[in-house]
Amino acid sequence: MDTDILLSMTGIDKRFAGIPALSAASFTVARGEVHALIGQNGAGKSTLIKVLTGYHRRDAGEVTFDGKPFEVFSPQQAQASGISTIYQEINLVPYRSLTENICLGREQRRFGLLDWASMHREAEGLLQRFNIRVDVRRPLMEFNTATQQMVAIARAIGFSAKLVIMDEPTSSLDEREVGVLFNVIRQLKQEGVSVVFVSHKLDELYAVCDRVTIMRDGKTIRTARMDEIEKIDLVSSMLGRSIEKTEGHATAFTARDEKNIGKILLSADNLAVGQIVQDVSFNIRSGEIAGFAGLLGAGRTETARLVFGIDRVKKGAMTYGDKTFEPKRPADAIAAGMGFCTEDRKSEGIVPDMSVAENMMLALMPKLSKSGVIDEKAQREIVERFIKQLGIKCSGPDQKVRELSGGNQQKVLLGRWLAMNPRLLILDEPTRGIDVGAKGEIQSLIKSLADQGLAVLMISSELEEVIEGADRVFVLRDGISVAEFDRSAATEDALMGAMAHGNAPVIEKALT
Amino acid sequence: MTRAKYISLLGSYGVVLALLLLIVFGWARYDYFLGFFNITSVLRYNSMFALVALGMCFVIMTGGIDLSVGSTAALGSVVAALFSPQGAWIGLGAGVGAGLCVGLINATLVTRLKIMPFIATLAMMLAASGTALLLADNQSVSVSYDSGFTTIGQDNFLGFPIPAWIALGAYIVGWIVLNFTSTGRGVLAVGGNEDATRMMGLPVNRIKFLVYLASGGLAGLAGVILASQFGAGQPIEGVGWELFAIAAVVVGGTLLTGGVGSVGATLAGVLLLGILFNVLNFENGKGWISLSAYWQSVIRGLFLLIVVILQAKLSSRGNAVKDH
Repeated sequence: MDTDILLSMTGIDKRFAGIPALSAASFTVARGEVHALIGQNGAGKSTLIKVLTGYHRRDAGEVTFDGKPFEVFSPQQAQASGISTIYQEINLVPYRSLTENICLGREQRRFGLLDWASMHREAEGLLQRFNIRVDVRRPLMEFNTATQQMVAIARAIGFSAKLVIMDEPTSSLDEREVGVLFNVIRQLKQEGVSVVFVSHKLDELYAVCDRVTIMRDGKTIRTARMDEIEKIDLVSSMLGRSIEKTEGHATAFTARDEKNIGKILLSADNLAVGQIVQDVSFNIRSGEIAGFAGLLGAGRTETARLVFGIDRVKKGAMTYGDKTFEPKRPADAIAAGMGFCTEDRKSEGIVPDMSVAENMMLALMPKLSKSGVIDEKAQREIVERFIKQLGIKCSGPDQKVRELSGGNQQKVLLGRWLAMNPRLLILDEPTRGIDVGAKGEIQSLIKSLADQGLAVLMISSELEEVIEGADRVFVLRDGISVAEFDRSAATEDALMGAMAHGNAPVIEKALT
Repeated sequence: MTRAKYISLLGSYGVVLALLLLIVFGWARYDYFLGFFNITSVLRYNSMFALVALGMCFVIMTGGIDLSVGSTAALGSVVAALFSPQGAWIGLGAGVGAGLCVGLINATLVTRLKIMPFIATLAMMLAASGTALLLADNQSVSVSYDSGFTTIGQDNFLGFPIPAWIALGAYIVGWIVLNFTSTGRGVLAVGGNEDATRMMGLPVNRIKFLVYLASGGLAGLAGVILASQFGAGQPIEGVGWELFAIAAVVVGGTLLTGGVGSVGATLAGVLLLGILFNVLNFENGKGWISLSAYWQSVIRGLFLLIVVILQAKLSSRGNAVKDH
């Protein structure tokens, strides 16, 4: 057995309801190594981590940790064996003190009772190693995210973790805080602790990681040393096709007639809010399909949320039609003629137990009701028209939406917005989780809507979809719109190049 | 900062302050309010509620609720009365045991079968009440006066009622468990963020199991005192006790969502509500006004609201000032 290897996972299989989430995945981490784990949504990163930490049982495969076969059934056991995980959503208890958050689970006792004095001392000591001097008696919720994250790390170290898994630890930190975190990671490394670093920000990987493992479709695609792999290779390995390159068209989008594209409808200049959206500019014309491309965490959905008034713009300005546009809430955007089909249909879009008709009418309700009473007849007519027009396969307007397939649910959502007669429709991952046939139908539907003059802002992680579907593609990278391509210039290489390199790298500035 | 601290302190200890004000009011207005007889009878009567509220406090701190405590106390009183001829200790053990059984079922329903605490304990509230009526044959069950069972509820120790000593002991143990054991800290952690606590590797289910078990046991103990004090097992007593307990816990500043709470403030909450009742009785005795039991309920309800609203205002103001 190689003593330099801390963790080795081989041939890991995991299926959920028969659908493989991991197939023969493997992952190896050396002692004192910072190892990046990257991949698109659904690539299997989190499943792999959850299998490792005992959250899920694996269906097949071998795991060795610290030279011994490793079998755990709960996060508790994983923690006791030396694997600590720091989740993206900080998993601590906000009301309780820093000391409790650091020490709970391995409290110090005196005469059988908790010894608060030495627990406070220990918590202080652990935090001081990262140059954090705070009152450890205060509740966690009084501190900023960065400190909370350090508390999570201090907790991991307190449990004498040999392996610390960090799931997108930088997503809510500012540049300075990222710098502090990286110093902590380097310190851990010096002490022989291994770190698994999950992130979508490529620059960060180069700044702090030794090796990288890229996952796609539940498989481990490649493991390489960071100094031997180019950014563009990282991106293409992450996005690369699972099937062989398709000849000609991979989607149902067909060529569009330029004549259908009109004047600029919405233009956004230098939008910014927090760390996720830093500087995004784009515009979209009526009758045009504009695509947003970028890696996970690039700020695409967050930009759409700004446009739709879900979040408030901190900096930058928008014009819509000819007027400045400052939506304060989604109702403002809806009133201006916008619709938004969210990425997460289940939690943000459909109401599964309501009927097709009710789901479609939700946004339109205020318009269709006279002093609080809904006009049933008008509602019926609209619903039946859209069921026909969108080709929604259902037994009738009264069928519950939960009984429909993913593709038909998406059409119901589209119908909901189309019933409002919008001028701009934002589609976030419109074909995710939809089977191939229905995907094509949705894509042709999007095109024909644009042909009728609707402006469509389409966010998609599938390169083919933006390349073949969009008239123009805007590439976002780490919250900045870095490139714009016309249909003719939007090739796979061009988009991936922009995603990988963009222009000014942000992180290096923070570290020097 | 000092002002902020002062205000937020007032928020968290507002219940103690309200309690003191009420006592001063009673002392100034009524002749025998702080008389020995009144003090001991208030303590004797309210120690039952104190025990039930202590269990409720722990359950609520985990983010749960136990609606079955009132029926459990009634069941405990009937079982204790039935066993009282065998001896005081056996009667005591039987009553507490009955409570623990109910607690055990609640705990199993909540932690193993993942039934919502509200539903699980609501069902047990009905079941325990029915069992008490069945065992008692729909009437009060007289306790044995020969076995010494009535000592528990009726006698004094060092001048104070034995039930008050029992409640005091329970609160001291509760305070130590909450503040100085890992299970106690776990109770607050579970209520604060159950998922995180699970991820942190704490035995979430065991902690929740223990609080429902303890709540049942304490309600059973309250039932023993009830039977002993009134000389009979009372299958129809205990109605509304769960609401009294919840009110006392909430007045004590414990968050109904869990994660924040205090044993001492819960005791203060019990005393506040108990003494308010006492004050209303005194007021009736003065003859100026005559408040029916219904009016007393209305007044207690309003008083409860005022304390809770003031507390919420004060503690949020304290936090707001702190931010600057």
